Amino acid sequence: MSAITTPFPETPATWKLPYRGKVGMACLIIAESAIFTIFVVAYLFYIGKSLTGPTPREVLETPIFFTVCLLSSSLTIHLASKLLERGKRGAFLGLWFLTIVLGGLFLFGTGQEWHRLIYEHGLTISTNLFGTTYYSLVGLHATHVTVGLIMLSIVLLFGLAGRVGPEQSARVDVLSMYWHFVDAVWVVVFTVVYILGR
Amino acid sequence: MVQKHKTEWRVIVSRATGILVLLGGILLAAGLCNATAPPQNPVPSIFEPRSTPAESIRDHSYFVLAITSLIFLVVVTLLLYAVVKFRDKPQNAGREPAQVYGSTQIELAWTIIPVLIVLVLFLATARVIHAIEDARKPATAVEVTAIGHQFWWEYRYPALGVLTANELHVPVSDPAHPTPTFLKLLSADTDHSFWVPQLAGKTDLIPNRVNHTWIDPHQTGVYVGQCAQYCGTQHGKMLLRVSVDSPEEFAAWVQAQKQPANHDDKETAGRRVFETTACINCHAVDGTNGTGRFGPDLTHLMSRDTIAAGAALNTHENLRLWIQNPDAIKPGSLMPAMKLSDADLDALVRYLETLR
Amino acid sequence: MSSDAMAIHQGADVGSRPWVETLHGWVTTVDHKRLGILYILYALLFLAVGGLEAMIMRIQLMYPHNSFVSPQVFNRVFTMHGTTMVFFVGIPVLFGFANYLVPLMIGARDMAFPRLNAFSFWLTAFGGFLLYFSFLGGSGLYGAGNAPDVGWWAYAPLTSRAFSPGHSSDYWTIALLVAGFGSIATAINIIATILCMRCPGMKLSRMPLLAWLNLVMSGMVLIAVSPLSAAQIMLSLDRYLGGHFFDTQAGGSATLWMHFFWIFGHPEVYILIIPAFAVLSEVIPVFSRKPMFGYPVMVGATIAIGFISMSVWAHHMFAIGMSSYGNAFFVLTTMAIAVPTGIKIFNWLGTMWGGRIIFKTPMLFCIGFLFNFLIAGLTGIMLGSAAFNWQLTGSYFVVAHFHYTLSGSFLFGIFAAFYYWYPKITGRMLSERLGKLHFWLFFIGFHLCFDLMHIPGLLGMPRRIYTYEPGRGWDALNLLVSIGAFIQGIATLIFVANLIISYFKGAKAGNDPWDAWTLEWSVSSPPPAYNFAVTPTVASRRPLWDLKHPEDPDSRYE
Repeated sequence: MSAITTPFPETPATWKLPYRGKVGMACLIIAESAIFTIFVVAYLFYIGKSLTGPTPREVLETPIFFTVCLLSSSLTIHLASKLLERGKRGAFLGLWFLTIVLGGLFLFGTGQEWHRLIYEHGLTISTNLFGTTYYSLVGLHATHVTVGLIMLSIVLLFGLAGRVGPEQSARVDVLSMYWHFVDAVWVVVFTVVYILGR
Repeated sequence: MVQKHKTEWRVIVSRATGILVLLGGILLAAGLCNATAPPQNPVPSIFEPRSTPAESIRDHSYFVLAITSLIFLVVVTLLLYAVVKFRDKPQNAGREPAQVYGSTQIELAWTIIPVLIVLVLFLATARVIHAIEDARKPATAVEVTAIGHQFWWEYRYPALGVLTANELHVPVSDPAHPTPTFLKLLSADTDHSFWVPQLAGKTDLIPNRVNHTWIDPHQTGVYVGQCAQYCGTQHGKMLLRVSVDSPEEFAAWVQAQKQPANHDDKETAGRRVFETTACINCHAVDGTNGTGRFGPDLTHLMSRDTIAAGAALNTHENLRLWIQNPDAIKPGSLMPAMKLSDADLDALVRYLETLR
Repeated sequence: MSSDAMAIHQGADVGSRPWVETLHGWVTTVDHKRLGILYILYALLFLAVGGLEAMIMRIQLMYPHNSFVSPQVFNRVFTMHGTTMVFFVGIPVLFGFANYLVPLMIGARDMAFPRLNAFSFWLTAFGGFLLYFSFLGGSGLYGAGNAPDVGWWAYAPLTSRAFSPGHSSDYWTIALLVAGFGSIATAINIIATILCMRCPGMKLSRMPLLAWLNLVMSGMVLIAVSPLSAAQIMLSLDRYLGGHFFDTQAGGSATLWMHFFWIFGHPEVYILIIPAFAVLSEVIPVFSRKPMFGYPVMVGATIAIGFISMSVWAHHMFAIGMSSYGNAFFVLTTMAIAVPTGIKIFNWLGTMWGGRIIFKTPMLFCIGFLFNFLIAGLTGIMLGSAAFNWQLTGSYFVVAHFHYTLSGSFLFGIFAAFYYWYPKITGRMLSERLGKLHFWLFFIGFHLCFDLMHIPGLLGMPRRIYTYEPGRGWDALNLLVSIGAFIQGIATLIFVANLIISYFKGAKAGNDPWDAWTLEWSVSSPPPAYNFAVTPTVASRRPLWDLKHPEDPDSRYE
């Protein structure tokens, strides 16, 4: 079972293929984007079609502060990754923790908004088409934020135990790709729900 | 060794011929069966249209079939030729044929020609789509609203004040003075599809959506079809029956349908059974206290050839059986077994048989 | 077994491992070859089950007003038949072959994410068992057995709580949701493997076509399966949390489900057929003794098919009352996809042309594929012409068409793959005699069944009906169709017998029984666990051709 080397093979000076973690995450992002697209299409299709119940204009309040939190967390996670590459573990952990806090604040804001909508305005997923499409779209996004926060927290724990260094920066980058995706989805959801939908 | 290849070639040819003869014979038989169908057209063939939209589709289909048959002949000939001409022969053992990697000219040829064929087919199709879907409703059109139910058809003629079920009557349309029938299609529950092949292509009935179709029949007769979109357990027996009548027959039918129920005073016992049991929850008879709309209107039940949306002929035995045990005729339909005593059942059936 | 002698025996048998250990090895494997075999065996099991369901339907439809099964059972059977064949036969078998072959063909040791690979298989497997558990579990109104009965497209609002009480529809939804996630994960794996793990020298333009086509297929899975998952989540929200996505009483839209389903459903059928194309692209060159004609065009055509297939979905919905402009648009895109598909057929013909065709069983199935797929494509053109479609859709014509693409093309491609790669996987050759018998019997049965099946459709017979009226010209045809189905069943049994008998009695295959040219034929049959002792380096699309013909290597011409 000798090695197969064919006649006149080029010896590529460097045979460099992409990092499979990045490719895998990019594929996951494509698939998730397709899922979100369908929920967004359903949301847009049903704008104005509810037969009853509160309308977006009546009950929605634009969550500017919490959006800023989430979008800033993209900045912090980006900075954290860069710091880790340069070996600055302490600063990395600090910014990483800040990312988690900002993401957590966003989730808190979502929860607060839902509490207000349910208890003050009586809007639930079964109230009308707006309720169904709103809670499912925002909820799907919030689920992805939650999963992201869990992953980020696991990395934080490993980091606090001293096991995250520059050698892991490629994997940390892959996770931050996911986090950027979650933020980008929020930009779309925000536009569709709070700007177009009203 | 040469003998073996000859035999293989003979085997291939004889098998292919056998298959083709078998298929040809069957197709011929099927065609002959169709050609000798009785005048009532029980065979709902899409190639026996009797109405303008169905005829347009048939003509268009011949065009499409011609093109696809031509493509088939060309490619299959090439395939059979290749398989025969380039088969391995013993004298070639150990020698590889010329290693050809491709040819830009050939690739261009067999790209451009299909593109042209696609364009032609698209334009031809677009024309027919437009002719059928965007046809203007003339003032002389008969308007029908068809509402699909699990597992029966409701028909209303708003301008004529008629409400009936399961058997659609329309006037024949003279090409000189067309009187087509335009149908508005609605659904009370799930998706259905209105398909009477000899009159038109199918169009779905979808809840919370208004669809339209039209027929323009040129020949009187009874045309059959059935629901063509799976709608539940008894999708298979949600049959369609369209009676294309002469103008006089149609007018007479409309007149009869508009009358309130023909109440024969002899059958008061049956009428009492109808009015005091659960029948009236689902059924209506004009002139009684039955105003249920879940099931077919029964005011002119005896004007129909069939019951249970075509599942059985409208006879005394079938009517009795249908009320007593619907599952014997149409298992899974939404008609419940009424659990009437024999006396009540007989009286009821005698009453229903007065509803002409 | 001698107890006290310390003699050294030549070639002494090592005690065989206990069967528990072997089983454990298979259950916990992350080896792409073993997972490939598991996928394929799983698919074969469900092929038998789906085939049985087909037989039940055909017995019921042999005569008008037959009462072999009740309408309730028939409706469950046709739903399960379609769902099983698409999701638990089609997808697993093609992922099985992809799993087994892609790393070997690109000179890699395993897939990019071996543990994810195993997870995906078990997700898919679980989905299938969950679907079939529905026969036992749940609670419904119609007595024993609660398999879903809503058709494999599960149109709304038939799937709402009002029209599908009990849990049968939920089994459909959740089983496919789970299996769908498994498919997406496998697709991610295949893409990452192909992009990141090719051996040195194997530029994308030198990859075997099987790898290219599986790459395109995987990309399509990412974009197409997700809409189905989304729609199923929406359906579950409707059924359990009072959502109104498809609730027509609350203003919801039944056609929205149709759009979402077919945005998945149409690319799905291309996802199924493209790997069959891949098999043809490997087998036809070898048995014509020529390289693939027009390799770059084949790649381009496949990518074109991938893209265009995302734009044709509403040709399944021509009868729902879209505007004439909407209908015309989908006619155009549907016709357009015929162009790259036709190009591929012509390129396979071009490969055979001027070659030296060897009629071994893999090649017989490829030629059968070409004949059948040509017809399938042409009836597809008929169906793509919206006006003609208004008569043909929802009838047995379209049932015949898609069985032509699935039984006549996809399955033929899979049979070819079995006959071609079984020697590599097991180290034994399948019996040529049984193989030819399988081919001819299946071919005859297939044509008897599905050629004739077009005709009742043309005579007005809709699909999904448990019985039909006599005297409509459908009677004799249905009987003959059923006979054709039984013949196919017998042929399949012969195939399974071949698989089993040859495993024990087949001739030893050696590394390269077909004198082929891609990397998997350079290793032993079966390959060692690590695939390649030393990672190969390649300079052309047919590395083994270059080795066998150093005087005229492909690398000179590419």
